Amino acid sequence: MNSPEGEGTADRARQAVDAVYRSDSRRVLATLIRLLGDFDRAEEAMHEAFAAAVEQWEREGVPANPRAWLVSTARFKAIDALRRRARFDASLAEIAAEYERTTDPVAWQEADGVEDDRLRLIFTCCHPALPPDAQVALTLREVCGLTTEEIARAFLTGASTVAQRIVRAKSKIRDAHIPYQVPSRADLPDRLDVVLHVIYLVFNEGYSASSGALLTRRDLSGEAIRLARMLVELLPEPEAIGLLALMLLHESRRAARSSADGELILLDHQDRSLWDRAQIAEGSSLVRRALVSRRFGRFTLQAAIAAVHADAARAADTDWNEIVELYNLLLQIDSSPVIQLNRAAAVAMRDGPKAGLALVDALLATGDLDGYHLAHSARADLCRRLGRSADARASYERALQLTRQEPERRFLEKRLREVQ
Amino acid sequence: MKYLCLIYDDEQKMAGMTKDEGEAFMGEYFAFTEGIKKSGHYLGGNALQPVSTATTLRNRSGKLSTTDGPFAETKEQLGGYYLIEARDLNDALQVAAKIPSARTGSVEVRPIQEFN
Repeated sequence: MNSPEGEGTADRARQAVDAVYRSDSRRVLATLIRLLGDFDRAEEAMHEAFAAAVEQWEREGVPANPRAWLVSTARFKAIDALRRRARFDASLAEIAAEYERTTDPVAWQEADGVEDDRLRLIFTCCHPALPPDAQVALTLREVCGLTTEEIARAFLTGASTVAQRIVRAKSKIRDAHIPYQVPSRADLPDRLDVVLHVIYLVFNEGYSASSGALLTRRDLSGEAIRLARMLVELLPEPEAIGLLALMLLHESRRAARSSADGELILLDHQDRSLWDRAQIAEGSSLVRRALVSRRFGRFTLQAAIAAVHADAARAADTDWNEIVELYNLLLQIDSSPVIQLNRAAAVAMRDGPKAGLALVDALLATGDLDGYHLAHSARADLCRRLGRSADARASYERALQLTRQEPERRFLEKRLREVQ
Repeated sequence: MKYLCLIYDDEQKMAGMTKDEGEAFMGEYFAFTEGIKKSGHYLGGNALQPVSTATTLRNRSGKLSTTDGPFAETKEQLGGYYLIEARDLNDALQVAAKIPSARTGSVEVRPIQEFN
């Protein structure tokens, strides 16, 4: 039977292991994937090393460098596992011998290499040869450490679908020899773009769920912000900084963007005292840092627009001229119809609804935005402000047909009743 | 690691080129092939005759069917291939990106399955 002191030691060891798991398991995994050259083998070895830590740290105390201890223990576990299985598959003995020969335990713990491993892991999970939904699932699983069930719940899909995406992605990494590398300078801009889009997709899925009754899924947004923070720390490229700024500035309005009963509140009606000032301050300072680089792109410009909104104490104080100018810059990089629509809304605020409506109607006439509910709700809103009730009704009805999200639906229905 | 780069192009667009355009395009292919021979990536490669020369076979329970044309009708047709040796997929993709048809059509990069 354990003495009370014994239980205390066991508890402390267990707590130490849990803490190291939370803070360092992703770094340990990233290094093990490099050393073992295989995602599954690395995960298995890591879990065995953590299991060993629970026993050994209780007996011998927590090692001075827990991460290094875990990596080298996992290495032995991987070699052991291969040796055991080599009885059934002789080729595994060769791999085990190879691990023993080629891996220098000192080089494993070298600081730069370990930081690079986390970047290697992100870039591999977001390799453009993998389908987008697999990039997202693999990043959340391997880089963020979410379980398959958590990912499935967040994206409202089945756990087996997510598991299959991850298995297929890992097979492709292995079979097509996708290297575990940070891309070369020449490839970096394109490859970073993919990583940033994956992070933004995760954020948006958490910020405005694309379907279902929940307006926000804070956990996913939090994961996206954590990912961007890590990326900025490891690779402070202007657009990575811009994306982090954009997400923080959006996130700062979370408490204000829906009412207690889950109703959507648009920017101009939000209670600005609910905005998170710390997030705004951090986001705004990141925007400035990205802008002075002169190598910024669309995320930085979108963040700059969000920062102008954040600057205004009241909706009426918004500097719409500055916002239209920023949209003009953004259009030079990305002339997508959605950006043009947002610019039209800003022009409507600066020059009046009539000027905005002319732009929105011209955009809708191209047909590109016909299936986009926000284009119709923007038009409806401008018509309502101009007193053109019949046009407003038609556009609200079209927007209602297209939206899939419950709070948005209720919002549009309310507006529609107002123009009846 | 070996990769096969399958080159797909719109045959009609290719046939519609003027003599000068066609020669310039072939010149790019010769230069590309020379380049990957020098870099050590080249293992082999060929251009194919148009799909109008293709014949597709199926043997079902001993019954052979022979039909005219390619396996699948698509907008772009398989028009040639390179077999290359590359360090990994990133290296292979860098080579494939320089194939002239990557600009006009598309290139599918597939790792070769090794049996041992």
